[in-house]
Amino acid sequence: MTAVVNAVKAVKCVVWDLDDTVWDGVLLEDGDVTLRPEVVEVIRVLDERGILHSVASRNDHDAAMAKLEEFGIAEYFLYPQINWGDKSESVKAVAEAINIDVGTLAFVDDQPFERDEVSFAHADVLCVDAADAVGIPALPRMRPRFVTADSRERRHLYRADAERRRARDGHHGTDEEFLASLDMRLGIAPAQERDLQRAEELTVRTNQLNATGYTYSYEELDAFRRSPGHDLLVADLEDRYGAYGKIGLALMERGSEVWTVKLLLMSCRVMSRGVGSVLLGHLIRSAHEAGVALRAEFVPTDRNRTMYVTYRFSGFREVERSGGVSVLEHDGARLPEFPPFMDVDVER
Amino acid sequence: MSTNEKDNRARIAAYLSRFFPVQDLGDDDDIFELGFVSSMFAMQLVSFVEHEFGITVENEDLELEHFRSVGALDAFVTRKLSVPVPR
Repeated sequence: MTAVVNAVKAVKCVVWDLDDTVWDGVLLEDGDVTLRPEVVEVIRVLDERGILHSVASRNDHDAAMAKLEEFGIAEYFLYPQINWGDKSESVKAVAEAINIDVGTLAFVDDQPFERDEVSFAHADVLCVDAADAVGIPALPRMRPRFVTADSRERRHLYRADAERRRARDGHHGTDEEFLASLDMRLGIAPAQERDLQRAEELTVRTNQLNATGYTYSYEELDAFRRSPGHDLLVADLEDRYGAYGKIGLALMERGSEVWTVKLLLMSCRVMSRGVGSVLLGHLIRSAHEAGVALRAEFVPTDRNRTMYVTYRFSGFREVERSGGVSVLEHDGARLPEFPPFMDVDVER
Repeated sequence: MSTNEKDNRARIAAYLSRFFPVQDLGDDDDIFELGFVSSMFAMQLVSFVEHEFGITVENEDLELEHFRSVGALDAFVTRKLSVPVPR
């Protein structure tokens, strides 16, 4: 029942079969398989665009990983699923591990049966015959609107996430203790011109942690950045595993008595880090210091309830609703503190 | 207090104790003051209440007052369970 708003979703991750797809031959039968150089080139080109890669292969895990290492391409693949289970399950596991919608995946396999099995379970996964692999970079869904510094780094950002996850899984204690162990530093600063492409990219890519879903063009964002009546803020996060990049964006319209948050969004990679509440907390404190009321627009979708809960639990109440837009207002009862486990650096 | 109510409290307390570094979470301890609440946790808490007790948390139910302690959550759940669902 999800309305198709954007006709085609950009692919965020390509999930590859191995035997007779990434390499010629069947590893467990032939032993010496041959890497397909044209496939490696496709992987490299997409990686440059910020499109991620993973694996769904029915194979012996250790043997297949060893072969990927030997070919020098193991580092491209996030959360490779190499097991004897259904590929539809493997594809789903990849989407869950990366925390992206399964409909933003593509799946490449030489076996029609496997493609059909994946299609049947996930109708919106783009399934491609391995014979057509070289044509993948030319597909419209493989052309992101932007390629920013953050997108070129995306694979490394996600690999650092995978490391954090291993650390968390091995961690005994509460989430807060784990968060404290990460040594996080959050920067909140007015957007600079160099941030605008990434800002535009965030408005397009972010679904779950996006309060309004408004998208603005580069030019519009640039106008907000210069406008004395607006604040356009970007947030970036790093921890002891490395940088997360620019992961948050807020646009505030500053009236004389009321400030209105038009845009508040956060990359879903930082959903469990408390960044959304901290950025919102910063807006609440700024409005309080300026002696104005703080309002926020909210446009509910079937994906962004987390953002609504964040607003409500930060002390916002719904004061108005018209069309599909709710207006929330902070009750002023409580000024949020920054959490003890995060260094917050606010640049004015 | 009926066994059932006690049971609800215990289930809520057991769930919350996974997130907050406290030995004994008192009925009135304010979890929003004990620790920092991320968007993820807030959403998990709402989902927990919905799934564990089979209730629907409406937008107007999303008051911090209902979620801030074991006692408040228990009262909220009890109230929701006692209201017949209009069909």
